[in-house]
Amino acid sequence: MQAYLDNSATTRCSERVKNVMLELLTTDYGNPSSMHRMGAEAERRVREAREKIAGTLKADEKEIYFTSGGTEANNMAVIGAAMANRRAGNHIITTSIEHPSVSAPIGFLEEQGFRVTYLSVDNDGILSLEELKDAVCDETILISLMMVNNEIGAAEPVEEAIRIAREKNPNVVVHVDAIQAYGKYRIYPKRIGIDLLSVSGHKIHGPKGVGFLFIKDKTKIKPIIYGGGQQKGLRSGTENVPGAVGLGEAAAEIYEDFEQKIEGLYQIRERLTEGLLTMEGVFVNGKKGRDAAPHIVSVSVSGVRSEVLLHALEERGVYVSAGSACASNKPSVSPTLSAIGLKKSLLDSTVRFSFSVETTAEEIDYALSVLREEIPKLRKYMRK
Amino acid sequence: MYHAFLIKYAEIAIKGKNRYLFEDALVGRIQQALKKAEGEFAVRKEQGRIYVDCLGEFDFDETVGALKKVFGIVGICPLVQLQDEGFERLSEDVISYLDQAYPEKNFSFKVNARRARKNYPMESMEINAAIGERILEAYPDTRVDVHCPEVMLHIEIRNDINLYSTVIPGPGGMPVGTNGKAMLLLSGGIDSPVAGYMIAKRGVAIDAVYFHAPPYTSDRARQKVVDLARMVAAYSGPIHLYVVNFTEIQLYIYEQCPHEELTIIMRRYMMRIAEHFAGERKCLGLITGESIGQVASQTMQSLAATNEVCTLPVYRPLIGFDKQEIIAVSEKIGTYETSILPYEDCCTIFVAKHPVTKPNLNVINSSEKKLAEKIDVLVREAVESAELISVTA
Repeated sequence: MQAYLDNSATTRCSERVKNVMLELLTTDYGNPSSMHRMGAEAERRVREAREKIAGTLKADEKEIYFTSGGTEANNMAVIGAAMANRRAGNHIITTSIEHPSVSAPIGFLEEQGFRVTYLSVDNDGILSLEELKDAVCDETILISLMMVNNEIGAAEPVEEAIRIAREKNPNVVVHVDAIQAYGKYRIYPKRIGIDLLSVSGHKIHGPKGVGFLFIKDKTKIKPIIYGGGQQKGLRSGTENVPGAVGLGEAAAEIYEDFEQKIEGLYQIRERLTEGLLTMEGVFVNGKKGRDAAPHIVSVSVSGVRSEVLLHALEERGVYVSAGSACASNKPSVSPTLSAIGLKKSLLDSTVRFSFSVETTAEEIDYALSVLREEIPKLRKYMRK
Repeated sequence: MYHAFLIKYAEIAIKGKNRYLFEDALVGRIQQALKKAEGEFAVRKEQGRIYVDCLGEFDFDETVGALKKVFGIVGICPLVQLQDEGFERLSEDVISYLDQAYPEKNFSFKVNARRARKNYPMESMEINAAIGERILEAYPDTRVDVHCPEVMLHIEIRNDINLYSTVIPGPGGMPVGTNGKAMLLLSGGIDSPVAGYMIAKRGVAIDAVYFHAPPYTSDRARQKVVDLARMVAAYSGPIHLYVVNFTEIQLYIYEQCPHEELTIIMRRYMMRIAEHFAGERKCLGLITGESIGQVASQTMQSLAATNEVCTLPVYRPLIGFDKQEIIAVSEKIGTYETSILPYEDCCTIFVAKHPVTKPNLNVINSSEKKLAEKIDVLVREAVESAELISVTA
């Protein structure tokens, strides 16, 4: 038996997505910038994809820009907004648990002379609204927050944070990294005041190498990629037509029967956490139940190194990640796990289980039974 | 401009009656290596020389790059070959060769003619003087320096005339396969690929054995070792790599023996298993990357303790090298960046904080007695379940 429980690293491409992409790779393969009929057809398909995505966000089709993935969307949002608004001020606010695709470009901006405030988080990984309130000032031009943390599944109070920030500075640009949240929550950016929102395709059963950035109409932002002026000059380069259309399909599909799917994910989550909590020396990090994201469970197993546990599970067909797989393959201490104040002895003993709509109760039961067998074996041979 | 290479080799020339064996091996290795380069080549042995003729278009850099990985070559000379159409024509060709090869015409030079075909109308010294004069006339800013010239222009009068003035250094050593075969204990570290390279350089073909310990080591660590083997194979030719699952043996030692002796006892079992595969593949020795005193398991006492279990000679080419010297070779042969990828290998898991540095053979032997119950079965299982991978560059 196999249990793929690493869906926050990536998901399987859905049949519908695959079929539509195949058609665009082999039949309707025109370049949207070509003036002839095949170009026009490709352009139409990309626009259709934008409409599908816009529909899920209650946004306008013109507000969706395709990128090469989540990392580029985050880079474009952070760097592009800072550069476009630098005359209004030089202060940026973010959290201490952002994904590197946000924290690294912010680090770059810091080198360029921007002042950055990093909000701390509590033991559940929830950002401090107090600190946010104190930090926002007239100089603040950009706030970048993640909606769901990729390592521990903390669901951040984005809506409240935006309200607090705007009370103090109505002009601040708000970027939300929704890469782990899109397809798990209904997100209506304009309703809660989000200006920029990043999403990645392969986390929602779409293709790798494509994502999008929602840019609210009239938001001041500069491109980070220059060239032939595609996508209204904000993101040059021939559109990844199969990718964009695949992402459109994935977006539409993930929000079909949505409430039912999320209910299913929470049941899976509860099945796993309940099983885990019967095991000795096993701890589930972050908020419990419906206060946490439905698809991520961070687990610390005392006395077992996460990398070893990961490989032991892998031998039995159970796939998880240690720390955060999509951040890096280098074994190093995770800033997020340090930020939530995890005991030092557990930092290197934490693995992540993550689900998708394809995850079954049988897979969870199998994973639990493998864990029950492997953990005692591995503990027997702890490093002396 | 160049359509051939003259291959210089040194040690082979002194091998007496076996010389042809070494030369034939070198020709074979060159042919093998040139398959990696764009173009078609003919390799020929003629009057104690080896020539590579480039048939049609070829990629100069790729060709030289491939030749630089063939042990036995000390120099690679890009060659212009001329038909003998009289001295006038020869001096014109020399002038135009220098024009193309040296954009700046202000070098010092020496002409070194060799008249191998004795019916050529001029003697070597006459040719030197006459060509030198022509060069000075054509390029007045050049000058003659017979002791330490910047450009040493070789003119060899054979059936054809060979012209060359650069010698690109080769790796030296002897053609692989002329000195038998040895079994390399390959880890994912910096040292063992370098050790394999150095023994291969002496003409020894290489096979290798790698010990992994899943789930304590990962597939990526294993892939890293396969990649390193491939890099060594670029010099040594194809490598048969045995991947041995060492987990059960390691855990058993961990359970039964004093923790500070774990590494030494583990290494003794690795040597035993390596020797088994060495026998299977008719290897004449084992190779390790050990260097005296580098770590606890490489003190003189520890080396003696691991050496004791082998009957085959164990070659340790890095024994007197400092780490920096090893790194320098590893950077030269291109294994360094892969070697430092941070995956755990089976020597570092469970390692004691203070391992023995001066193991006493009697103590180690009596510790190993505690393994008597299961160890033979575990070793047999490890040997039987080993995976054999054919690695070529």
